[in-house]
Amino acid sequence: MNRDDFPMLQGDLIYFDNGATTMKPNCVIDGIVDYYRNYTANAHRGDYDTSLKVDMMYEGVREKVRHFIDGEDASSVVFTSGTTDSLNRIVFGYMKYHLQPGDEVLLTKAEHASNILPWLELAKECGIVVRYIPLTVDNELTIEAVMNAVTEHTKVISIAHVSNVIGDVRPVSEIGDYCQKHGILFVVDGAQSVPHLPVSVTKMHIDFLAFSAHKMLGPTGVGVLYGRKDLLDEMHPTLFGGGMNASFTSEGDVSYREVPTRFEAGTPNIAGVIGLGCAIDYLENIGMENVHAHELMLKDYLLSRIKEINNVEVYNANVSGSTVIFNLKDVFSQDTAVFLNHFHICVRAGNHCAKILKDQIHVANTCRISFYFYNTKEEIDHLIEALKMSDKVFEIVL
Amino acid sequence: MDANMRREIILEHYQNPEHRGLVDCKDYEKIRTNNTSCIDDLTIQIKVKDGHIEDIRFDGEACAISTSATSIMIASFIGKTKEEATKILENYEAMLDERPYDASVLGELNVYEDIYRQPNRKKCALLPFRAIHQVLEESRWD
Repeated sequence: MNRDDFPMLQGDLIYFDNGATTMKPNCVIDGIVDYYRNYTANAHRGDYDTSLKVDMMYEGVREKVRHFIDGEDASSVVFTSGTTDSLNRIVFGYMKYHLQPGDEVLLTKAEHASNILPWLELAKECGIVVRYIPLTVDNELTIEAVMNAVTEHTKVISIAHVSNVIGDVRPVSEIGDYCQKHGILFVVDGAQSVPHLPVSVTKMHIDFLAFSAHKMLGPTGVGVLYGRKDLLDEMHPTLFGGGMNASFTSEGDVSYREVPTRFEAGTPNIAGVIGLGCAIDYLENIGMENVHAHELMLKDYLLSRIKEINNVEVYNANVSGSTVIFNLKDVFSQDTAVFLNHFHICVRAGNHCAKILKDQIHVANTCRISFYFYNTKEEIDHLIEALKMSDKVFEIVL
Repeated sequence: MDANMRREIILEHYQNPEHRGLVDCKDYEKIRTNNTSCIDDLTIQIKVKDGHIEDIRFDGEACAISTSATSIMIASFIGKTKEEATKILENYEAMLDERPYDASVLGELNVYEDIYRQPNRKKCALLPFRAIHQVLEESRWD
C-alpha cells in the first residue's frame, strides 16, 4: 500500500521493524523542510506574519491529534519528546502528588521499560506498591485477570494497549469501562497501538494516553501526552522555564499558564510537531481500520508460510495482534537478525525493552517482525526464501 | 587464517563451549556482564590460586561471537599468571581496534582478526574481554 510515497522503500530494503520506528513518507519530510525553508520562527512569541503562521500550524496539529484519538478537547493534548517522556510526566507530574504510600499500581510483566521503571522509581520515592496482573498461557491480558488483580488499594492500572513484544491487542475498552466504574485511573501506553489501529480515548475511558510520532510515520523527538482535562489541571509541570509561566517575581511568587502551555516549557519541537501533523493527515487518509486489517492479513500470510520452515519456533501465533516473534532452533536471535540482514531484511533481535517478560515466556531473546501498512506479501515471500537457507546461517554470519 | 577453518573453530566453541556452567564456590570471583548495546548476557567466574588462574567458568545467553570468544578466551587463560593474561587481553583488544599487536600470543583468538570489518559484531567479541579484564583486576593475587 502506498509504497511510492516512501523514499526508503524504493530500493530492495525489506523493513519489518516497525515496532521500533517507521519509514517517513514524502509529505512528512516535505512538511518539516517547508517549515525550515519557508516559515521558520518561534511559536507563541512574535507579532509578525511568519510567527503567526507557526502558531497556527503548531496549534493546528493539536487539533489534528485530538481528532485522531477522538478526544474531547484539544487542550488535553500536550506535546512531549515521546512516549517515555509522556509516561514519566504522568508518573512524576501527576501520580507523585496524588498517590499515597500503600496505594497500588497494576502493570503487567509484558510492559515496555518506560511503563515499568518510572513506577518502580516512584515506589522507591514514596512507597506506592507495584503489582503485575497475571497473563494467560498465550501471554495475553484478559479483563477477568484485571478484575481478579484489583484490590481495595488499587488506584491505577497502567498498561500498553498493544504490547511491544507479544503484540497482543488488550481489551482496553473493557478495562477502561471497569476502571471508570471503580474509580481507578487508567493509563495507556499507546506507542504500539495509536500508529496501527483506531483509538478513542473517549469511548475507551482512557485517563492518560502516551504515544510517539516516529512510530506512526512522523519524526523522532516528538510525542503526545493526552490527559483528561480535570487531571491535567491537577498535574504539576516537570519542566520549568520560558513559555510556561504567567508571571514571576524575584521573591519567588510564580504563576503558571493554562493547560497545556504550562507543560511545554522552552521552545518546542516545532518542526517535529508539524511533521506529526502531516503524518496524521496521511494516516487519516488511509484509514486506521484499513491499516489494522492489512497488518492482520500480513500476519496470517506469514503464519501460513512460515510452516514451510522446519526449524522455526513462533511464540505468539495464537495472539490477536499483528506482531510475530520467533527463533530459529539453536540459533541466538541476534545471529538470526544478522543473517537476515544479509538479505536486506530488517528484524529486531533481543528482549525488546521488556526485560522481565522472560519470567513469563521463558525465552529471554527473540526475533520480532512488526508490520506496517506498506509491507507486502512479496516481502514475506522473500523472508521465507531467506529462512529456507537458514541451515547456512553460520556460513553467512561468521 | 582461512575463512572455513576460522568458522569451524568459532562454531565448535559456540556449540560446544568449554567451561560452561557456574559453580557454587566462594573461591571464585564472579561478574555478570551484559552488552548494553546488544543483548548478550554472560556471567563469568574466575578462581585464582598461587598467582595463577586455576579455573574459569561461564554461563548465560549470547550470540555465536560472544559465546565462542568467551570459550576460547577461557581456554587460553587457564594456568596463566595475571601478567600473562593481561598481555593476551591487551593484544586482543589491539587486534579488534586495528592497532599493532602480537599475533603470536593470541593462539585461537586470532579467529577474530577480521571482526573489525563488521562494526556491529566487534562489541560481541569484546564482551568477554571486558568481563574477564574486570575480574582479573578484582581477584586476589597474593
